[in-house]
Amino acid sequence: MMSAEDWQIVWFTAWVSALSTLVILPFGLAAGLLLARRDWPSKSGVETILSLPLVMPPVATGLILLKLLGRRGALGGFLHDTLHLDIVFTWLAVLVSLSVMSFPLLVRSVRVAFEEVNPRLEQIARTLGASDLRVFWAITMPLAARGIIAGMILAFARALGEFGATIMVAGNIPGQTSTLSLAIFQSVQLGQDSHAFRLLAVSVVLAFAAVWASEYLARRKRAPL
Amino acid sequence: MKLLGLNPIATPVKHPTVQPRYSIHSAVVNSVLRRLTAGFVVALIWCAARAGDLTVFAAASLSDALKEIAVIYEKQSGDRVVFNFGASSVLARQIEEGAPADIFFSADEAKMDGLEKLGLILKETRRSRLSNSLVIVVAADSPLQVPSAHDLAGDKVKRIALADPKAVPAGVYARAYLEKARLWPAVERKIVPTENVRAALAAVESGNVDAGIVYKTDARISRKVRVTCEVKPEEGPPISYPMAVVKESSRIEAGKRFVRHLDSGEAGRVFEKYGFIVRKQR
Repeated sequence: MMSAEDWQIVWFTAWVSALSTLVILPFGLAAGLLLARRDWPSKSGVETILSLPLVMPPVATGLILLKLLGRRGALGGFLHDTLHLDIVFTWLAVLVSLSVMSFPLLVRSVRVAFEEVNPRLEQIARTLGASDLRVFWAITMPLAARGIIAGMILAFARALGEFGATIMVAGNIPGQTSTLSLAIFQSVQLGQDSHAFRLLAVSVVLAFAAVWASEYLARRKRAPL
Repeated sequence: MKLLGLNPIATPVKHPTVQPRYSIHSAVVNSVLRRLTAGFVVALIWCAARAGDLTVFAAASLSDALKEIAVIYEKQSGDRVVFNFGASSVLARQIEEGAPADIFFSADEAKMDGLEKLGLILKETRRSRLSNSLVIVVAADSPLQVPSAHDLAGDKVKRIALADPKAVPAGVYARAYLEKARLWPAVERKIVPTENVRAALAAVESGNVDAGIVYKTDARISRKVRVTCEVKPEEGPPISYPMAVVKESSRIEAGKRFVRHLDSGEAGRVFEKYGFIVRKQR
């Protein structure tokens, strides 16, 4: 059955996916809110750039990250020289690639969630004397919460399955950067199909749970206000 | 006021009463379909023309030498040769799963043995005359000195790129070498396993790892790495490159011809130019 290394892979994949979702949450909320509520001349350009990781081949995104974060890259070189911090081929590289790959999904969901909040409700709150901040926390956020959580689950699910960008920047180092997808790929290449099937079963369970939770949250009470 | 159900990807329909109506003229549809069909037929013909190509699945380390040999061979024989380069372990797996290979050229005997046991290659066409050796490399501009494998265990070397030591020949050889030198336990945590030996070379070139172990022939084609230590043949495991015609091949005769050519003195000289060791014919 599942060995200690297998559980380590499952555990690592789950927590690094969860962490990446938390890391992108503040940025996702800010971007989603801006896109939902503001208009500016270059808006469609910004929208396009934010969607790129969703549309581009993940391996291409991985290549960009590798060139940027490598020891000779602009950012990676700086971090290596100043903080002696290496990103490529460490668990941080897994975190970065998962975050980048799932960010567009979060932004899209958050944006839709904010767009669906009826502005009249916010105006009413303002006429009753609430400050902008209070309106945001007392009216906007609670009304958008369901969509935001659904977006987080979607981002989490995307992170769980990420392969292309991760293998470019983080490699597949046993016990260090090996995630479920990478481990399944490697087991198949080694001809260890039974091992691959065990990991496959785990990912089916994880995926099922994530999708079910997302559906549940999306469908729950459509109570009239 | 009612909140719509949330679909996280779609943008909400703001005006549910206005149904968008797209009327695409049927002539346009027809024309598009006709073009698609025509394109499809062209693609089919192109594929059929390609069916005459000889498909060689070869170890990544052979890529430069084989490409050079193929250019000359194509002119002489009129056969076209196409390559699928990769880790021999991966290629063997692909052949096991029925990939359309005519020739398999592996970087170790174990992978060929596996296919032979499964009855997937023509035994009588199998031969191995090529050998290679291992070297330790660092990036060309790296200040690191790694005069022996023992230095890989030191503090200065933090990450070492190898082709996957669990499966890929170059990695299996490197691991056997390090185990023989009793260094494996000390370096195991530093290993960054890569897809194939060329990926290990690329990782060293990029500076993202401190050192790597690759074949001498790989180090020779790169200007961005520096060889710091050549592994003596008696210190490392025996390295051998077997080749054979694949049994399921639809072009067995052409396959045999190319294998004979690869075994010839003419091809041997090209292999030697790239740093391979060509054993004398028995």
